[in-house]
Amino acid sequence: MSVAVSGGVPITAARPASREAYVEDVVRAFTIATMFWGIAAFTVGVLIAFQLAFPALNFGLEWTSFGRVRPLHTSAAIFAFGGNALLGTSFFVVQRTCRAPLFGGALPAWFIFWGYQLFIVLAGTGYLMGITQGKEYAEPEWYTDLWLTIVWVAYLIVFAGTLIKRREPHIYVANWFYLAFIITIAMLHIVNNLAVPVSFTGTKSYGAFAGVQDAMIQWWYGHNAVGFFLTAGFLGMMYYFIPKAAERPVYSYRLSIIHFWALIFLYIWAGPHHLHYTALPDWTQTLGMVFSIMLWMPSWGGMINGIMTLSGAWDKLRTNPSLRFTVTAVAFYGMSTFEGPVMSVKPVNALSHYTDWTIGHVHSGALGWVAFVTFGALYYLVPVLWRRKGLWSQTLVEWHFWTATLGIVLYITSMWVSGIMQGLMWRAYDDMGFLQYSFVETVAAMHPYYIIRGMGGILFLTGAIIMAFNLIRTVKHGQPLAEDRPAGLVAAE
Amino acid sequence: MSTHTDNHAHAGRERDAHTGRETTGHEWDGIKELNTPLPKWWLYTFYACIAFALVYTVLYPAWPSLHSHTKGVLGWTRRDTVKSELDTRQQALAPLKAKLLATPIGDVEKDPELRGYVQAAGHIAFAENCAACHGAGGAGGKGFPNLADDDWLWGGTPEQILQTVTYGVRNSNPDSRVSDMPRFGADGLLTKEQINDVAEYVLSLSNTGTDKAAAGRGAQVFADNCAACHGEKGDGNPDVGAPRLNDAIWLYGGDKATVVQTITYARRGSMPAWSERLDPATVKLLAAYVHTLGGGK
Repeated sequence: MSVAVSGGVPITAARPASREAYVEDVVRAFTIATMFWGIAAFTVGVLIAFQLAFPALNFGLEWTSFGRVRPLHTSAAIFAFGGNALLGTSFFVVQRTCRAPLFGGALPAWFIFWGYQLFIVLAGTGYLMGITQGKEYAEPEWYTDLWLTIVWVAYLIVFAGTLIKRREPHIYVANWFYLAFIITIAMLHIVNNLAVPVSFTGTKSYGAFAGVQDAMIQWWYGHNAVGFFLTAGFLGMMYYFIPKAAERPVYSYRLSIIHFWALIFLYIWAGPHHLHYTALPDWTQTLGMVFSIMLWMPSWGGMINGIMTLSGAWDKLRTNPSLRFTVTAVAFYGMSTFEGPVMSVKPVNALSHYTDWTIGHVHSGALGWVAFVTFGALYYLVPVLWRRKGLWSQTLVEWHFWTATLGIVLYITSMWVSGIMQGLMWRAYDDMGFLQYSFVETVAAMHPYYIIRGMGGILFLTGAIIMAFNLIRTVKHGQPLAEDRPAGLVAAE
Repeated sequence: MSTHTDNHAHAGRERDAHTGRETTGHEWDGIKELNTPLPKWWLYTFYACIAFALVYTVLYPAWPSLHSHTKGVLGWTRRDTVKSELDTRQQALAPLKAKLLATPIGDVEKDPELRGYVQAAGHIAFAENCAACHGAGGAGGKGFPNLADDDWLWGGTPEQILQTVTYGVRNSNPDSRVSDMPRFGADGLLTKEQINDVAEYVLSLSNTGTDKAAAGRGAQVFADNCAACHGEKGDGNPDVGAPRLNDAIWLYGGDKATVVQTITYARRGSMPAWSERLDPATVKLLAAYVHTLGGGK
């Protein structure tokens, strides 16, 4: 039993009843898939960013046109990269914080792994062939949706089953968030994808909802894909990897309870803010806005708990590669969960809606929060899972951190400038009430910012490739861990 | 500090030396939790957001019932706001619009008030409807005529421009401007040699030819096949939309290969009949605006 003393608090590394019983092969597979799909998603992102600046990069082919490749990018980033990170870390975290192996053992977990990869391939190849429901973040057609439902129910059973047979008296906060993510995504996925296929041998289906109800269901889904997939799930990740890497107790148990329930309750009503100034009734827009504003502090509860957990361990930011990414991620999380409620306020939304500001906002969340917390988790997990003393190169982590951070800053700032300029140009009119700019003039004005954004994307992608190289070297050439204990607690080198 | 009292203490609770806080006594994989109370600023900001939300929902349409919803004490609706803003604008512009429709197109520019209206309203109407082909400012491009010079296919008087904008060129509208140049090469009307010669002749009209002998042979071909529409000296004819060929202004390009291609296959540029898409006032506005671009006759 190893006992580390940090900041005066003895931290005993909890040991499993039988370490060998943990299902780890599948977590390793998820780790590899996360890296693979991450690089794929970022590469396609760079392509479509430059397609917007230089339309010739559509190559005149339907399969490589922006309309088809864009959902490929968003789905690869959210569901392939983010999804594999969530599934993998949730399997890792739930076993260790329950001191119990996965419910059902390795076989169901492998079904979930390969089933989920099949879902990704079905969805992605469909997009390229033009098979889509035309619903943002829910583009896959009925056959892919049904397959994902099967995989997801298996995931829920394995995760909840592991919780039920846990050997700890209480359920750790990370698992509340993971469970909320799994259950809510199941509900959102099923309701938003209710559809009638035209035939069982064809790909086409018609949705169950029509008109503004369809739009509302779609953005109830869309916003909570952000809320539960990209927020709650990744908060679960944050609640494990930050205290582990910082070797400090979580800042406030009470805050974790209050912000968890407030977040879960409030998020689900905020979707209408995606449909301000549309055919959606005024009363629905009002509720979407005020629930978004009320969501601000519950979101920040997670940021406070993440950052304040470092109290007494700030020096580790310099030395612990995992912590540096996860804590920076929490800072971006705080920024974008403030920006979101601001953008939901109707007069602000009147300017920001349909502009690149929205794109910048979603990427401060996707790159700054989701990807960075995942990078932090990967830097922690790879040495632990492959029993290495530490990472192959600390210097490459530095390079990854700074190239990626610079990339995010370029991305967000260029989209702020471009988006706000775009919004102001759209609404500029003269004394007689005539518009000052045509649409095409606003497009021309955005050109330089599209190039800057693309450069930011290249930097971010470069950072991820550096990470993949470093992690592969860690697995292949890292110093093996003689003693059987979690290597992530040991700073690299 | 901690609101928990010692008599609630569980086994396993510890006091964290760094913060002085007590832990909850739980532990998972080495992770413990402090029992820190909610930060006051966090809690009060949360309350303030809730209070704002409640007040806002009293003021504006918000809470649904079975068949309706609360209307809000301000009585505000988005629909009313948009309608009143649009009505205000349209009422302010109505006299100008009526005056434009009542004024003959040729007299529009003479009226200072209408001239200002045409500049303000015509600029954005042109940018939204015309600039995609004719370019911002009307500079045109390959296959799309320059509207800012004085070279006109179908005539540059305000009346001729209005006719062209209203009915368009080579479209399905019965009053569309129509003319067809024969496909001299593709339909075998002229041989390759004849086309080469007449192309040299056409180029020589603007002093850009390179083969004087061929141009000399081409003069007769031109007189027999082209002069009827384009004029004996290539001055063009706006009545049939035949371009002027002796001014070094080219719609599709003035290099030899392009001219040969034009003669061989002909060209069929078209424009929509804008009266089918826009209201009469906007069509007239566009015609007047195009006339002011610089090349109007």
